[in-house]
Amino acid sequence: MKLLFERSRPGRGMEYLPPCDTPAADFAPDALRAAPPRLPELSEVDLDRHYTELARQTHGVNDGFYPLGSCTMKYNPRVNEALAALPGFAELHPLQPAGTAQGALEVLYRAEKLLCEITGMAGMTMQPAAGAHGEYTGLLLIRRYHQSRGDAARTKILVPDSAHGTNPASAAMAGFTVVAVPSNARGGVDLDALRAAAGPDTAGLMLTNPNTLGLFDPNILEITRIVHEAGGLCYYDGANLNAIMGHARPGDMGFDCVHLNLHKTFSTPHGGGGPGSGPVGCKAFLEQFLPAPRVRCADGAYRFFTPEHSLGRVRSFYGNFAVVVRALAYMLALGRQGIPEAAENAVLNANYLMHRLAGTYDMACCEAGCMHEFVMDLSRLKAETGVTAMDVAKRLLDFGIHPPTMYFPLIVHEALMAEPTETESRETLDAAADLFLQIWDEAHTDPEILHTAPHNTPIGRPDEVSAARRPVVRYAFES
Amino acid sequence: MASYVPSAPAERRAMLETLGLHSMADLYRAVPPAARVTTLDLPAGKSELEAAEEIGAMAGKNTVFGSVFRGAGAYKHYIPAVVKAITGSESFVTAYTPYQAEISQGVLQSIFEYQTQICELTGMDAANASVYDGATAAAEAVFMCQERRHTGVLAAATAAPQVLEVMRTYCESRGVPFALLPAKDYAVDPAALEELLKAGPACVFVQSPNYYGVLEDVQPIVDAAHAAGARAILSVNPISLGLLKTPGEYGADIAVGEGQPLGLPMSFGGPYLGFMACKQPLMRKLPGRIVGQTTDSRGSRCFVLTLQAREQHIRREKASSNICSNEALCAMTASVYLAAMGPGGLRRAAESCAGHAHYLAAELGKLPGFGLKTGKPFFHEFLTGCPVDPELLCRKLEARGILPGLPVEGGILWCCTELNRKPQIDALIAAIREVLQDETAV
Amino acid sequence: MNIPAELKYTKSHEWVKEEDGVYTVGLTDYAQKELGDIVFINLPAEGDEAVAGGALADVESVKAVSDVFSPVTGTVAEVNEELPDEPQQINQAPYDAWIAKITDVTGTEELLSAEEYAALCETAKE
Repeated sequence: MKLLFERSRPGRGMEYLPPCDTPAADFAPDALRAAPPRLPELSEVDLDRHYTELARQTHGVNDGFYPLGSCTMKYNPRVNEALAALPGFAELHPLQPAGTAQGALEVLYRAEKLLCEITGMAGMTMQPAAGAHGEYTGLLLIRRYHQSRGDAARTKILVPDSAHGTNPASAAMAGFTVVAVPSNARGGVDLDALRAAAGPDTAGLMLTNPNTLGLFDPNILEITRIVHEAGGLCYYDGANLNAIMGHARPGDMGFDCVHLNLHKTFSTPHGGGGPGSGPVGCKAFLEQFLPAPRVRCADGAYRFFTPEHSLGRVRSFYGNFAVVVRALAYMLALGRQGIPEAAENAVLNANYLMHRLAGTYDMACCEAGCMHEFVMDLSRLKAETGVTAMDVAKRLLDFGIHPPTMYFPLIVHEALMAEPTETESRETLDAAADLFLQIWDEAHTDPEILHTAPHNTPIGRPDEVSAARRPVVRYAFES
Repeated sequence: MASYVPSAPAERRAMLETLGLHSMADLYRAVPPAARVTTLDLPAGKSELEAAEEIGAMAGKNTVFGSVFRGAGAYKHYIPAVVKAITGSESFVTAYTPYQAEISQGVLQSIFEYQTQICELTGMDAANASVYDGATAAAEAVFMCQERRHTGVLAAATAAPQVLEVMRTYCESRGVPFALLPAKDYAVDPAALEELLKAGPACVFVQSPNYYGVLEDVQPIVDAAHAAGARAILSVNPISLGLLKTPGEYGADIAVGEGQPLGLPMSFGGPYLGFMACKQPLMRKLPGRIVGQTTDSRGSRCFVLTLQAREQHIRREKASSNICSNEALCAMTASVYLAAMGPGGLRRAAESCAGHAHYLAAELGKLPGFGLKTGKPFFHEFLTGCPVDPELLCRKLEARGILPGLPVEGGILWCCTELNRKPQIDALIAAIREVLQDETAV
Repeated sequence: MNIPAELKYTKSHEWVKEEDGVYTVGLTDYAQKELGDIVFINLPAEGDEAVAGGALADVESVKAVSDVFSPVTGTVAEVNEELPDEPQQINQAPYDAWIAKITDVTGTEELLSAEEYAALCETAKE
């Protein structure tokens, strides 16, 4: 399919703007660019059709089942898009006086209150723009806390070996050394290893619960106690909150701070990779360190304020505001019944799909039931047939299903991690299960069809080695 | 109550039965009782109509100004209707990161096109698929320049305060020495630059047009940085590049900036996007996702996420950045905007921004006390004095439906875009005259 | 598998050749097979200190990154500048595709003979 630049024809284009109606500004010749940027010259119909074709080659949530583990690809309600686009939000300048943006401050304030109730936290910032950004911010809170007590020895963050890659990367960015804590046979934290690792140099622990195997760690209270007794703080990675919202709260599990992914749990869309939003919440003793500005409400008026020992800013303005609007709309619509209902149906759907597959595919540690996602271990299939997790994933593409997350967590070798979410019906799950079982049979009868999959997609498997060895990251404009 | 769970209660019960369970509570057996929620202090759920009314009421409490002369990091531009129509496509809006290239060519190709356009705008060789905003782009660019034995940044104090605050936060946590390059007459002080470069920072960060709208004398700064063995990072306004000299032409190593002016609404501060582009030797140091061209098993051109071994999901604690989610849909928006405008349209936008701003500056200059604070060249923002309390002036103009420039230390920071055409500027001047008359009458 | 008899080896799959106090280091045939298609290498800078058992460089495949450990303690005198552009040389000719030359060596890791290294690879395969 052609690139924008290949569709360009000299002289085409739309006139979206009138000519400048004031005298032209005078710039010194050496302040000007030598040649215009080679942007495409297109009529509007050329442009519109180009993207219609690109949209056809993009698998969205409405294109089919999207059980991408750890990504919570739930349905994104349409009304939230409409509300975020209201001129009363979209046309607001971030630096217009707070008195003229009371509704916007109310959005930030009320979203904070609801999310604090759901997580068991005392205060929250909406500034982080994504989950990893939230992790970084939460770790800066921990850093500030230890600094404020004059405890310079706490330089290490404990991270389970099953964690998302962002956890260790965020810890390093926040200036900590990462200590990996091994998992036990059920993918949970190995308590003895944790006790051995926690000590006077421990700044904190980062944990996802349910963990990346889709299991709720039954030792969670003991885990947070061990870290607290060693003088460290506990950080909750909210990537998997969709399993437990309304049923269990990180604050009650002993966590001191959390980040959430509004683009996972609270139904805001992923946008092909962003924008997300990664609010960070904390217990009362950490609120003084939160990024500035925050919003408070007194006598019915909302105001910005700077926390006393604020760690500073992690992003300009107040974060991805329009994403927060969507999440607030979602929370208001679901309310106290709908929030736990969403979570329990996410768990029900995951268990149902796992149940349908468990007799055939090996499950990593979750025989006794999973939370919102489960991990299949295809090592046996690979040994028996040579078919890999990648082959199975690619074959699913032929049937219009987005594959589960591949090769994660790293502690399972041929991993496929499936998260159906609550917004899929039983018939979708049944159809997907039938397909997984059919592919299992194909692996034994016709493995080649899996090795060469996909067959029905716009492109075949890409040559990633050449792409990385000789990177071509922009169009060359050579005819 | 709204619910997006498709299964009816009877279907849920049947599924529970299949699992040999009696109730939803059985699904949470692993949760220790002490960690279970007993009461959830949330409002009752609402129908879509009620929830939409409630959110709509919040939107209704905000003032949407018809006439905006404020920039300072967020800019109101005209957004062609086709931009929103295209980027509102359900599959673009809801897709995940394009890790499965075979069913994600739409997103991948659009990012490749975006990267190309950013390179063209900035005169650079390679661009990434976006970061969170202009401020985090600046901070990430500083990290790109850090080497084991050569660290630190010298950051121009004339850059936007928020950018400097974010950069300071990032540098402090990673132990990167951060020094401010002081200003003289609202631009970088060349004498201070020479002096501070002696400390041997790994990079120099400059914004042009700077926070005060002034076009910095970029060339000597880039040259001095290079002579001192430092890299040069230039932060730019993307609309200005329809007209002004590019970071590439100045010899900068990295170009960054806030991409919001490229077709994104102001949305009270976000979502926006940070763009990052660099010269070839630094390409593998770019943070975040990058799309590359390759061929598929059938021999056709296609696009994939590439150079992934730089990223956090592979390099973990050794990754130079932790970024995962970026601002992909905003990058696509910028790309559609640039494609819609074309080279002529972008130039017209830039010329109108500058033309309107210079006209406004001239008209303000006819009023007592509103003279320009510096004679240096500017693009579409500029600082003037204010003969009355700026806050008071602003309140009175706001009451007339005008969002004026931003009161800052030293005066008022004004901004014009292609939307502030002559009649709107003349109306602003008339309104200011009225306010001044009221004030002097008191 | 190719394990030249004249070279020394580390347990972490680097090869070393010593000539007149210059230690040349690269990745073994076994290592390159395990890593798969190598797409990039991050080299140390000339003048960097190398520490026996410490990371000297890292090699990237499409979906992984692996450290190359220094077999000796000393100073990096020279690096193979061709490799970042032609990382496939490590796959094609691992014993020609040297990574770094180290001088002023003050200590070494426990180095294995070709025979000992072959035995190690055998065990690793099982």
